[in-house]
Amino acid sequence: MKSNLSERPDYYKSLKRNIFISVVIVSLIPLLIFGGIIRYVFQTSYIERVKAHLTTMVKKHAQNVDTFLIEREANIVSLAEAFGYEQLSDNEFLRRQLERFQTAYGAVITDLGVINADGEQVSYAGPFELADADYSDSEWFEHAVESDVYTSNVFMGLRRLPHFIVAVRRFENGNVWLLRATIDFRAFNELVQNIHLGKTGFAFIINRNGELQTHSPPQTEIDISHNMVIFDNDIPAAFVDDEPFFESRIDQEGREIIYVARLLKKGNWALIFRQDQLDAYSDLYHARRIALMTLAIGGFAIVLMAYGVSRLTAIKIAEADQAKEIMNRQVVQSGHLASIGMLAAGIAHEINNPIAIMVEEAGWIEDLLDDETFQDGENLNEFMRSLGQIRKQGVRCRDITHKLLSFARRSDQRIQLFDLNELIREVADLVSQHARYNNISIEMNLSNGLPPVKASQTELEQVLFNLLNNAIDAIDRKGGKIEIQTWDTDHMVYFSIKDTGSGISGGDLERIFDPFFSTKPVGKGTGLGLSICYGIVKKMDGDIVVESAAGKGSRFEIRLPASDEDEESPRTGAAGNQQT
Amino acid sequence: MTPNDSIKPIRLLLVDDEVEFTSIMVKRLGRRNIWATTANSGVQAIELLNQNKYEVAVLDLKMEGMDGLETLKLFKSKAPDMPVIMLTGHGSHQAAEEGFAHGAFDYLSKPYDIDDLTGIIQNAIFERKKSP
Repeated sequence: MKSNLSERPDYYKSLKRNIFISVVIVSLIPLLIFGGIIRYVFQTSYIERVKAHLTTMVKKHAQNVDTFLIEREANIVSLAEAFGYEQLSDNEFLRRQLERFQTAYGAVITDLGVINADGEQVSYAGPFELADADYSDSEWFEHAVESDVYTSNVFMGLRRLPHFIVAVRRFENGNVWLLRATIDFRAFNELVQNIHLGKTGFAFIINRNGELQTHSPPQTEIDISHNMVIFDNDIPAAFVDDEPFFESRIDQEGREIIYVARLLKKGNWALIFRQDQLDAYSDLYHARRIALMTLAIGGFAIVLMAYGVSRLTAIKIAEADQAKEIMNRQVVQSGHLASIGMLAAGIAHEINNPIAIMVEEAGWIEDLLDDETFQDGENLNEFMRSLGQIRKQGVRCRDITHKLLSFARRSDQRIQLFDLNELIREVADLVSQHARYNNISIEMNLSNGLPPVKASQTELEQVLFNLLNNAIDAIDRKGGKIEIQTWDTDHMVYFSIKDTGSGISGGDLERIFDPFFSTKPVGKGTGLGLSICYGIVKKMDGDIVVESAAGKGSRFEIRLPASDEDEESPRTGAAGNQQT
Repeated sequence: MTPNDSIKPIRLLLVDDEVEFTSIMVKRLGRRNIWATTANSGVQAIELLNQNKYEVAVLDLKMEGMDGLETLKLFKSKAPDMPVIMLTGHGSHQAAEEGFAHGAFDYLSKPYDIDDLTGIIQNAIFERKKSP
């Protein structure tokens, strides 16, 4: 069988390709659009959420730091206001005040000192040896004498340790003096040190020069230029509303870093939180990876499915096209049969009438020869024999035309009860002349009392005709034998047609019922005969099998369901052995 | 069969459009004591039936003009008791069945044996006489 796929490969290839592309587009595009929308919505809301969280956190901590500084300033201011220069210049008194603070707030204030207008420390309470320290040249002293309250940047100072101071300026009897407190760096540092998020998120404080006012975070080099951005002239607008500033920038290594910052200490310091964007949005990226993977797997599945569907559809369409083609050929063949039937009916009538006249004329001569005058004729017996032969051959002509007619007329596919033996005899009779011409004897071994078959007689006749003609064609002129046998078992009626012909080789045997497959020479067989037989027998809920080997003849066995309507059988075949 | 003058001949109407056929049949049937009147069309047969009485009719089913079945229907309306034997050239059982449905007595396929025909004719006459 030559499939349509191999006959019109380009057409089915392009059909397959079009189906594949259509399925892929129709399935993938909505998936991609939907995925894109989900990704956009999820990413936007996730980033907003992270931003809101970081902003709130920074704001809260900045407020804590500011509160801390304001409280410390308030402590010192109230101390200076409450006691005055005289009392505070007393070291012992100052020590007691320091103790009071440390009892109330812990070791937040390291030491206290009173400094006169010349920068000399007149009294000191604290752990360091700074009793007579001179701060006249110190930077913080210069700033402190110019403002009521002053908080310095972090510096090393005389004690060579990082610290910062809060100083209050007082006027007494026309003289300026300062009360100074040193804020414990560790205590202050703790305010920002606990701010940690993810693997890379941490906070720190810098002054306007970009100098760190807290510990540098471990294993991190802070890009000062980035930090300084917080103090750029165009940015402070963000701080006016007391709202933290949020921005992401790319560092020297090409990483995107998120900065959240808020000014402290009247804009002199800034609390900065920084985190790698990859770290900050790790959940987002994780979700994105999963989504991409799902999309890739889904896409792959769609492509696979589209390939399968397109391939299957193309095959099904090719099969349907092929079935249509076979049907078309069958219709054409049926049309031919119907035309032949009509022609045969006309010819039969035209032939039977003259034959009837011939037979009657011969009969008339016989009648006349019965007269006494002819009884003594020399050749009377020869006349009678010859006339008898004319009559006999006339009747034979009638039988031939009747059979031809009965074959041609049955072009309908009505289901009816009939006797299979009778049908076999009729068809065998029709092909007997052809068989004799090829020196083939047809032997029939038909079973007695075969149950009737309920089917289309015309169609079964076609099956028999095809099988017998094939059997004759398979036997060459040297002659051979065709055996037809019928039998029945278990409500099934069987018939077999066995020939002594050339047989069918193993490879061909598998394809023998395929449409357009033929072992006959080109132009002799359509390759439809056995395929039609197969279709007809299958339609009747029967089966057809073939046993054959090259050079050993073939045997076709057909099984058909027997009818239960025994009593309605139109003919009961008188069976037995017969030879034509 | 030999003619038997002592028995009253059977009057038969033979309808067939083949003149050669009807003329030879008249001779052959005449030798068998059957007097056949021939008609070569349905119309002619009806005219004859209007004028005469026949014991039995033999009618070809396929004729030019009025065909056998139509003629049969008219026969049955004019002479319901007259048995009609049909002849058919193409051996169609279907046509014969239609003929039976319209009251035909029997049918024969051409060509036939004359003895078969005379047998059926005598049988038809016997059956006719038997019925009241």
